[in-house]
Amino acid sequence: MKKLLALTLSVICSLACTAQESTSVEMADAMRANGKIYVVVAVLTIIFIGIVIYLVKIDKKLTKLERENTK
Amino acid sequence: MKKNWWKILAVVLVIYTIVAGFLMDVPAKPILHETIRNQYFHVCMWFAMLITMTVSLVYSIKYLLNSDPMHDVIAFEAVNISILFGVLGLITGSVWAKFTWSEWPLFSVKGWWVNDVKLNGAAVCMLVYMAYLVLRGSLEEEQKRAKISSVYNIFAYVIMIVFLLILPRMTVSLHPGNGGNPGFSSYDLSNTMRMVFYPAVIGWTLLGLWMMQLRIRTRKIEMKNYL
Repeated sequence: MKKLLALTLSVICSLACTAQESTSVEMADAMRANGKIYVVVAVLTIIFIGIVIYLVKIDKKLTKLERENTK
Repeated sequence: MKKNWWKILAVVLVIYTIVAGFLMDVPAKPILHETIRNQYFHVCMWFAMLITMTVSLVYSIKYLLNSDPMHDVIAFEAVNISILFGVLGLITGSVWAKFTWSEWPLFSVKGWWVNDVKLNGAAVCMLVYMAYLVLRGSLEEEQKRAKISSVYNIFAYVIMIVFLLILPRMTVSLHPGNGGNPGFSSYDLSNTMRMVFYPAVIGWTLLGLWMMQLRIRTRKIEMKNYL
């Protein structure tokens, strides 16, 4: 009886172990750890700032036009 | 400068989204892996679209109430910017789905579009709003154009709500947040993700409103010069 109990327990334990293994998901931790992701962040930030400068320029031009129009 | 604080806020929030969106921890989930970070970009496109479409609806109703041509212009430009966000949302969603939902290889033509109720609904919704632009383009007389397109816009909004928010929840859908399970809880949004996601929604929306404002101001100058 004891043996059977030990067997079922060990089976359950091993099942729990495999279940845990399958839930751990691989993420790109190494990529961030060695720092290369910062390059991507920098590139995207630069592109976005470029777009923003473009928008600001249109904004300024419009403000100028609006002022001329109300004169 | 005082009047433009919200534009600065928009830029700061989107830069925060880009930096924090890539560097903050995200929950590790099977299938999604790092693509869960798309939530800060793809989902925000749709939120911004919904908000700008609501702006458009409000101004269409306002136009019908007081016939101010400026309100019609605002409604029109709001639709323009919401179509931009919607198309970006469709394309980014297609790319995301290709690498999570389908098992076709990278260079296969297949797998870019899944016959899913949410995806088809979003595509139909875009067509409905593009029809609004066609309708406007086909009417010459200004008052008539404003009135008819305002009425159409109200119907388009209702159709958008049905196709994007109601029908996908009544059937099975691959897309998260559907299949009778609405709301934020279904995204399993962790608290660290919330800290990026909500500012991201506000940031992208404000950015869209800025672009919308630029176009409205251009129209105003145009109207003054041609009248």
